[in-house]
Amino acid sequence: MITFILNNKTIKTSDHSGMTLLDFVRYQQRLTGTKIGCREGDCGACTLLVGTLKHNTVEYKSITSCISPLGNAHGKHIVTVEGTNLKGKLTSAQEAMKANYATQCGFCTPGFVVALTGFALSNSENNYENALNAISGNICRCTGYKAIEKAAHQVVEKLENQEEKSSKWLIDNDFIPEYFESIPERLKDIEGKYLNQSKGKFVSGGTDLYVQKADHLADNDVHLIAEKEYLKGISIENGICTIGTNSTVSDLWNHKALNTYFPNLKKQLKLVSSEQIRNMASFGGNLVNASPIGDMTIFFLALNSEITISNENQKERTRELKNFYQGYKTFDLNEGELLKDITFKLPTKQSFFNFEKVCKRTHLDIASVNSAIQLSVENDTITEAHVSIGGVAAIPKYLHETSAFLTGQPLTTETILKANEILQKEISPISDVRGTTDYKRLLARQLFFAHFTELFPKHFTLNDFIQHA
Amino acid sequence: MHKNKENKVLDTKLDAVSKSLKQSIKNLDSYTHVRGESLYVDDVNIRQGTFHAVVFDSPKAHGKIKSIDYSKAEALDGVERIFTYKDVPGKNEIGGIIPDEPLFAEHEVHFWGMPIALIIAESEFIARKARDLIEIDIEELPVITTAKEAKAKGSFINAPRSFSLGDTEKAFTDCEYVFEGDTFSNGQEHLYIEAQGAYAEPLENGNIKVTSSTQGPTSVQKTIAQVLGIAMHKIEVDVTRLGGGFGGKEDQATPWAVMAALATYHLNQSVKLILNRHDDLRMTGKRHPYESTYKIGLSKELKILAYQTEFLQNSGAAADLSPAIAERTLFHATNSYYVPNVTTKVLSCKTNLPPNTAFRGFGGPQGMFVIESAIAKAASEIGVSARQIQEANLLDENDTFSYGQIAKKVEAKNTWHSAKNIFNSDALEQEVSDFNKNNTAFKKGVSFMPITFGISFTNTPMNHARALVHIYLDGSIGISTAAVEMGQGVNTKMMQIAADIFSVSIEHIKIETTNTTRVANTSPSAASSTADLNGKATLMACNALLERLKNVAAAYLKVTPEAIVLKDEFVYMNNEKTDVEWKHLISMAMLERVALTENAHYATPEIHFDKTKEKGHPFAYHVYGTAITTTTIDCTRGTYEFDSVKIVHDYGKSMSEGIDLGQVEGALIQGMGWMTMEEIAYNDEGKLLSNALSTYKIPDIFSVPKSVEVIPVETKGHELAILKSKAVGEPPLMYGIGAYFALQNAIKAFNPNYDLKFHAPMTPEKVLMSLYS
Repeated sequence: MITFILNNKTIKTSDHSGMTLLDFVRYQQRLTGTKIGCREGDCGACTLLVGTLKHNTVEYKSITSCISPLGNAHGKHIVTVEGTNLKGKLTSAQEAMKANYATQCGFCTPGFVVALTGFALSNSENNYENALNAISGNICRCTGYKAIEKAAHQVVEKLENQEEKSSKWLIDNDFIPEYFESIPERLKDIEGKYLNQSKGKFVSGGTDLYVQKADHLADNDVHLIAEKEYLKGISIENGICTIGTNSTVSDLWNHKALNTYFPNLKKQLKLVSSEQIRNMASFGGNLVNASPIGDMTIFFLALNSEITISNENQKERTRELKNFYQGYKTFDLNEGELLKDITFKLPTKQSFFNFEKVCKRTHLDIASVNSAIQLSVENDTITEAHVSIGGVAAIPKYLHETSAFLTGQPLTTETILKANEILQKEISPISDVRGTTDYKRLLARQLFFAHFTELFPKHFTLNDFIQHA
Repeated sequence: MHKNKENKVLDTKLDAVSKSLKQSIKNLDSYTHVRGESLYVDDVNIRQGTFHAVVFDSPKAHGKIKSIDYSKAEALDGVERIFTYKDVPGKNEIGGIIPDEPLFAEHEVHFWGMPIALIIAESEFIARKARDLIEIDIEELPVITTAKEAKAKGSFINAPRSFSLGDTEKAFTDCEYVFEGDTFSNGQEHLYIEAQGAYAEPLENGNIKVTSSTQGPTSVQKTIAQVLGIAMHKIEVDVTRLGGGFGGKEDQATPWAVMAALATYHLNQSVKLILNRHDDLRMTGKRHPYESTYKIGLSKELKILAYQTEFLQNSGAAADLSPAIAERTLFHATNSYYVPNVTTKVLSCKTNLPPNTAFRGFGGPQGMFVIESAIAKAASEIGVSARQIQEANLLDENDTFSYGQIAKKVEAKNTWHSAKNIFNSDALEQEVSDFNKNNTAFKKGVSFMPITFGISFTNTPMNHARALVHIYLDGSIGISTAAVEMGQGVNTKMMQIAADIFSVSIEHIKIETTNTTRVANTSPSAASSTADLNGKATLMACNALLERLKNVAAAYLKVTPEAIVLKDEFVYMNNEKTDVEWKHLISMAMLERVALTENAHYATPEIHFDKTKEKGHPFAYHVYGTAITTTTIDCTRGTYEFDSVKIVHDYGKSMSEGIDLGQVEGALIQGMGWMTMEEIAYNDEGKLLSNALSTYKIPDIFSVPKSVEVIPVETKGHELAILKSKAVGEPPLMYGIGAYFALQNAIKAFNPNYDLKFHAPMTPEKVLMSLYS
């Protein structure tokens, strides 16, 4: 039995664990405030909160329920807009939306309200930027967002009165209803209950599989792995970082140490989908989806990562990520095998990392071209180089030749221009809905240049490159 | 970047705007919206035994149907029936203007996504599974996807239309400068977040009630009756609200409602049909792409003496609303400019795309884009700023539009100069120019975009509406009109009118659903006119009731009705408050057997248009405004941001500042989306490639301008606007066109060799390619 708390009600259901949480909430529970906009995580109209018991408190995150399997709700507190409603008055998030004219047709509105409530409940620092990130996965077609920006400001202003995070304060200040206080205890009661699972398609966050084949997953056995502890966690030891494949992009985003190793981490990860999706999407899923344009794959390729693969008998083997991919959507993984973790060397004082991505819309979009680079530089000489690029080949591409060429070269404009020539030979972009061949080639060059103007702003400007290119 | 430190005028005006926003009325649906309690079609409580429907559509853009095998689909557990054209008891025809569109394809398919059959099953999930089991064999025929190709092959929807003023041919010979060129503006997906849908229920005696997400309840009712071959009175269409419409549910909400009703007719069971997003994107039409050519002639003083243009409208596979949209393109071909010699022509080209349809602006934006392109081209060739040409040609009082209407109460120059002064645009342009001198990796561009938009359905007979107002015996009030609420706040405006006339609190007033049994024979909620038409009708009905109530009060107080005023829910006699409360007054009226229900009909006066001459006075009035747009492009990556859009807008006397500002901002961003990132793509076989939200991008919260400032221009309003509060739905969309030209100016600042192209949207791809061309 899948057991969880939905708003203020404990649910026990034997419904198929692969059906979407959205369908369960709307059509089995008739909580129709959760809307269907796109069924692929791209509009946020179905945003819900998922509360997970951590010690004695519950941590809340927003998700898009259209691409989340019902089974992943097991042991959690699921909150819909109805579950935030107060009797006879509006919550602070709701009042902010109303007072600022941030709702017109109203169809996207519950999604925004839930996401803003999630922001109030989250551990994110209270500032406007984080409030915007919280609604980064919500699309509105009516307002033009300026009114919603004002609503977000109002929420942030009200939260400024909170000295330290507490659900009591949030209850007293009309952000959430009173019953939230009882949730930690009630979750403890169902926490340990084991969810009996059949064999079937492995599903972690589901963010890509449910976009591709939600109907199939709702109709066939799935094996949910999002809660498997041995696939979780981020650890750092002796300059090596190991990331469990069940970790989400948000886990990386929130990781304090990694944010010091990668000072631009948040800026870069902000280019990756939306907060709702980052809260769900696992790295393992991103790697085995094998999209030629997978953002995190490109990221880890330039970190020269190694992956650990484990089979049903817990037998493990390792593989360099750059040699993992064999062709379009094919890779070195056997039946019954799972990606366990990703390991890579952390950057040092001499090494530099950058990630670039350009798409039609800067945020919550699939790249036309994305690229990452890691360089070690000593005395103005490149001692190690790893360059990856997406959207320009059948696989997420590690640029073997370009990387090899750069190694040992002086860090000069000439080197970079020559490297671009090699890069251009290594890639083979095709024209599609994300751009023409010519565009992707030009963009690949520009992003390659951008790595250097970003990492070495004192050495290089755009002008240095384009005058000669 | 552009600081208004010293700009006290602007600060004062912004303060005034923000003050009025604090006091202004909120959308009456806000409370249930934010709580998730507002009901849309898919939220309606369904009856036991309800079936669910999924549409089976053509997998080819053009061809002859050789065979279809439904047997496997029909054999699937839970599948009830599959309906095709053979099951249509009346006419298999849904075209509104021209009868050229079958509900279900019969022997040929004309676009990819054309409905062929309706699968009825116990659940939507089963119906979708069944759809995958249908086998179809189509003999493919040549596919036309572009208007140009259609023109070459002589494939048209109807005869071309042409407007003219003066003697264009002769005028060109007098011009100092003459330039020619071509432009393209792509389509645009409506992307209402609520997809199309309807729910049909059987009533007794073969009557059917349909809950539909439509802007045009009467059109749905009429078409169902036609397809079922029964009388209109047997069909009741009810609309609570829409989760966005934008024109996409004016005509194209109809087929789904008809299909649900057809299934209900046969099965005598409730049927729900809600399109999923992919089906919606594939099967429904969008804003029309236009391919156009222009010729513009100017005097030495930059006066536009002659303008000639040919618009090729990509209408898709059937007429839908294309002829009316083509007409509006002609009405707005010269935007805010007076041009003495104009010849415009539009051809509605029949192609193998889904029938394109109404979208906020209704062909106007496409027309305006062309003249703005022509001006930009001329400016670039002559070596002046486009702003100079725009400013030299702004419309003035008593100028004649190409369709014969004389411009009255013109605010084109007023909004233009107000925008320049209030926002100190000279300083802004200087800052942009300085920035560009000092930066290589980033460039800025600024553009001006004036708008003039005519208000009324250009088809004069459609300009009418009715309101039915009941005062119940406890003093509460129910109002029904033809207006459909889709976020634009029209219901709130109706409520304001009634509250104002009766001087009662808004808590006493309820705006009912839009229902064809209460208000019949309606025009769709469209053309920005809904509040004007229905508001005027509501005003009339309320005033009639008010007169009656005054008579009742006067008789009771033994004075003449002129001495009576209703104020704050009390009767005032000769300006003195009496002890007669609103509720008491209603009780008295009941005892006196006075009718507390009124139905009023409003038809816009003054307007007319003669299509045989292409002359007349089609618009009740025009809406004016000017936007100044500033952008910054990243010359490394080809990406861009918008620093600001500064607008002076002619609201007339806005009756709901918050709601109207929401319309301006929302329309602006939608227009900017059309001009920048929203890119519809079909392949040569006519298959939609931008077929999901992952491949069709509309603006998100990060892509909107950093700052949007909207200042109302002070005008007297217009008597034909409701309470002098001008229509606001569509006009501001065209401010978004400025985004294209701001980007172009920024590109030009980086790459002086850039040869201006007028091919919207200006995606990051086009920006980057242009920077390095």
